[in-house]
Amino acid sequence: MPSNSSIRLNHISMTYDDQNGYLPVLEDIHTAIHPQEFLCVLGPSGCGKTTLLRVLAGLDKATGGNAIFPGKDSPHVGLVFQESNLMPWRTVLDNILLPLEIIGVDAQEARRQALDLVDLVGLQDFTEVWPASLSGGMAQRVAIARALIQDPDLLLLDEPFRSLDALTREQMGAELLRVWRARRKTVVMVTHSISEALLLADRVLVLTQRPARICLDLIVDLPRPRISDTRYSAHFQVLAKRLRAAIS
Amino acid sequence: MENSSNKASTMNVRRLSVPLTIAIFLLAWQAAVLIFRLPAFILPTPIQVADRFVRALSDGSLLRHTAATLAEILSGLTAGILFAAVLGYFLSRSTLLENILQPFLVASQAVPTVAIAPLFVIWFGPGIFSKILICALIVFFPVLVNIIVGLRAVPANLRDLMRSMQADRWQTLRLLELPTALPVLLGGLRIGATLSVIGAVVGELVGANRGLGFLINVGRGQYDTALVFVGVFTLVALALSLYGIVLFLEKHLLRWQEE
Repeated sequence: MPSNSSIRLNHISMTYDDQNGYLPVLEDIHTAIHPQEFLCVLGPSGCGKTTLLRVLAGLDKATGGNAIFPGKDSPHVGLVFQESNLMPWRTVLDNILLPLEIIGVDAQEARRQALDLVDLVGLQDFTEVWPASLSGGMAQRVAIARALIQDPDLLLLDEPFRSLDALTREQMGAELLRVWRARRKTVVMVTHSISEALLLADRVLVLTQRPARICLDLIVDLPRPRISDTRYSAHFQVLAKRLRAAIS
Repeated sequence: MENSSNKASTMNVRRLSVPLTIAIFLLAWQAAVLIFRLPAFILPTPIQVADRFVRALSDGSLLRHTAATLAEILSGLTAGILFAAVLGYFLSRSTLLENILQPFLVASQAVPTVAIAPLFVIWFGPGIFSKILICALIVFFPVLVNIIVGLRAVPANLRDLMRSMQADRWQTLRLLELPTALPVLLGGLRIGATLSVIGAVVGELVGANRGLGFLINVGRGQYDTALVFVGVFTLVALALSLYGIVLFLEKHLLRWQEE
């Protein structure tokens, strides 16, 4: 049941104008994201998952419908991309501080908050390092800290672990869960990985081929904390099978 | 052990090679004058040039003319960069503006600055102002091109990031666009710094009452060829110093690129 504090995706559709006519990308995406929910969006490549995130982030305007944030006209969103997108000329700490610098938070207070986040994502020894010398996983931790520092109403993650190797990826998933629990954020994460979605999410939306519609809205009722052994449980297999069937 | 001593000796060779080359060059120069019995007004010996340098330095004329040229260079360089930066910013944002101005910019670049320097001197007199204009003009184009290239190189994802953080236009310029463009911009500045010396001297050669170009003209008129050499070497030193300053700036401002 959508409560008053839910973020509501209200019949969102998106059509791009292209030289040879219209290209419908999203079709009637209608759901609610509950406070502190971890929602994963799964779907075939190029189906419009990223477009959905861009609409939620306010980067693109939907051609139909809209996203309604409770009690806010211009919500704060934290954005994490496939690539970390750090500014190479800023140190790790300065990258994390960027959003607060833009809002104009007092420098000392900003620094305190940034150092808190540095602790949370485990970057204590890397605050004064240039991004070029970070590994992919490290860089993505910085990106997550940067997205969290402005205390966003919604944290949007676009396949954040895609360019990481399998082991790091699993580790980062666990880290993300820990951060999510500590900061109690509402999260929408796009992913390609069924097992990643099942290990992380409260709920998984499966989108169809373009134009994307929601073809499955699955509540992941696996007990938390989920550990890597969770994936061998029978119920996990059942859910994975349902997701797999919905995607293909 | 042997390896490290080898390395040390290569280092020594490298450190010695520049002074050594200069010494050989000066010796060859001195020898050429002696062997071919060249008169001083054709080719003075290095010793004569050094002697002339000391005299020009001690009577204050060299410093005075160097200061004049330096003032022209610095003002022209600053003006050229500022103008190129402002125009470049707007050109990088608007393809319409670029399409309108492009032919004029390219045409202006096809005009050899050396050829229109006399015009500037006719219009604005033999004083410092015409030199500053020539300097600024010669610096303008390479810096402009680099600024446009630099500003266009901003990754779309970082733009999105700034937008999602609701950064205003000024913040986007200061926190994203300028730092992105800085490496290319400094590259343009490196070219501009060297060109500005040429611009100032060209202006002075055409018509001036002071500056190193003027000094060279005086030396030529009086068959004081040693003085011409003094002027040329001072100009080389000026150009190298400016180049060095830009290199230093690059090293300092772009330290994040080193790792």
